[in-house]
Amino acid sequence: MEELLEILQELHPDVNFEEEEHLIDDKILDSFDIISIISEIAEQFDVVISAEHILPENFNSAKALYGLIKQLEDED
Amino acid sequence: MLFTSYRFLEFLLILLLLYYILPAKWQWKVLLLASFVFYFWASPIYCVYIAVTIFTTWYAGRKIEALREKSASFLREQKENLSKEEKKSYKAKIKHRTWIWTLSCLLLNLGILAVVKYTNFVISNINSVIKAVGSVGELSFVDMIVPLGISFYTFQAMGYIIDVYRGTVEAEKNVFRFALFVSFFPQLIQGPISRFGDLKKTLFQEHPFDRKTFSFGLQRILWGYFKKLVIADRILTGVNTLIHEADIYNGAYVFVGMLFYALELYADFTGGIDITIGIAQTMGIEVTENFRRPYFSKNIKEYWNRWHITMGSWFTDYIFYPISVCKPMLKLSKFSRNHFGEVIGKRVPVYLSSFVVWFATGIWHGASWNFIAWGLGNWLVIMVSQELEPLYKKFHDRFHVNGKFGFRMFQVVRTVLLMSCLRLFDCYRDVPLTFRMFGSMFSAGNWNILWDGSLLNIGLTVTDYCILLCGLLLLIAVSLLQRTGSVREKIASLPYWGKFILWYGLFLVVLLMGAYGIGYDSSQFIYNQF
Repeated sequence: MEELLEILQELHPDVNFEEEEHLIDDKILDSFDIISIISEIAEQFDVVISAEHILPENFNSAKALYGLIKQLEDED
Repeated sequence: MLFTSYRFLEFLLILLLLYYILPAKWQWKVLLLASFVFYFWASPIYCVYIAVTIFTTWYAGRKIEALREKSASFLREQKENLSKEEKKSYKAKIKHRTWIWTLSCLLLNLGILAVVKYTNFVISNINSVIKAVGSVGELSFVDMIVPLGISFYTFQAMGYIIDVYRGTVEAEKNVFRFALFVSFFPQLIQGPISRFGDLKKTLFQEHPFDRKTFSFGLQRILWGYFKKLVIADRILTGVNTLIHEADIYNGAYVFVGMLFYALELYADFTGGIDITIGIAQTMGIEVTENFRRPYFSKNIKEYWNRWHITMGSWFTDYIFYPISVCKPMLKLSKFSRNHFGEVIGKRVPVYLSSFVVWFATGIWHGASWNFIAWGLGNWLVIMVSQELEPLYKKFHDRFHVNGKFGFRMFQVVRTVLLMSCLRLFDCYRDVPLTFRMFGSMFSAGNWNILWDGSLLNIGLTVTDYCILLCGLLLLIAVSLLQRTGSVREKIASLPYWGKFILWYGLFLVVLLMGAYGIGYDSSQFIYNQF
């Protein structure tokens, strides 16, 4: 989780990712941010998040995103 | 059958009567029949094209669903007998087969779209190459039928099949219900590009007559007619004069033309969408909004989140994301990080995918280099803005301008001007001419035309300008009011006489001040051609 928070924090230092739960609904993250995050996750976690997983419920909070990473790791 | 023709109003009246008189369980069937009549009226041959898209997409969707059900049932039965690796391999095999169905459906339908829309564009480019290398002879153009709204209904159907493949919607079992989703007549010719998951919530439901919903729908239709007939069609004469006679109207005329076109396009397209959403609302059906006051945007990126929203989100979900996160792109990103550094490596997927999206957006709008240049122009401006963002932030922090009214106005005017400049590609017949006309704004030195009465010689009279100015002020006032909630709700809370004056007044304005041509039929909607 720490690693993921670092990725997110680097992108938007002014956002409290531990608390925020509406990153997509409140338009804090846009499509460019999502691609940067996925690219970083692929690099650091060796997990590929495919287009079908790009849904608001997976990206609305750091916790949900971490859950998705874990789920994809388990599937592998 | 134009939305603005008397025949369409008769058609709508009969439909609404049948829709509410017949048993509610027949409502979606009545709508399907009406959509078929609407499309058949345009041309019987068009029905063949749309039927192919409907049937092939529906069939592929059913096949994908069947494969998935079969896989789930097999895995349930063999839960104890298969190892983790065997299950994984079986799932991958099924996924591959569902992908083959999806890909075949996409290739067939996008292939039809490509052939009918782009064959002559390809031929014209081949001929240019033949001429450039000095060879003789050229290919003949093909007399191609371009079915009404093919770009819209194809995208809607392709969005559905991708959603079924991704498992975000269940495949529709009933081919006739699916046919209604693809051919729903109010949105057939200029969108919005609805998602199956959204539209099905209300499209197939039974809708008892609700006075408030019905009257709100009619009000939205009336507002759409106001935008289309009073503003768009009135300013159209001036826009056509300025654009079609480029040799005469250069310099400051180009500036005037691009602003007039910005107003015309907004009134025409949002007016058409108001009519679409209003018609659906009179029948209790909710269609996704396509605009959120786009001309109030602070930058182009925001503008594209507020203009033609359903097209933008279609390109983002079905082209931008899949390209950006596909394995080859991630590999390229890794390669770029290792060889050119972190900063460039991170940008590679975003920039390349955006390039593809904007190229596709351009060519989707029309088969010409003008539209491609327009799309890539948007891409360039967005990317440059993205790169300059840290610099903007420094400037905003240093001068404390964020949130200030004056700066906000500056951002809005800047966005409108930038978008208008890019739309010049849409106005002039070819790319070199567009650049010449743009350049003439800075070299012709004829800004005196703004006040010496020359603008009265472009087909618009003083009365036209007065009506357009009042219309523009009304558009701005309504947009400002919308920021605090539904304007129709606000009007509904007024006393009876207030409501009566406003709506009856608007009706009279449309009737008396609408620009009606020969036979009292209005002009085609601009987005019909896409």
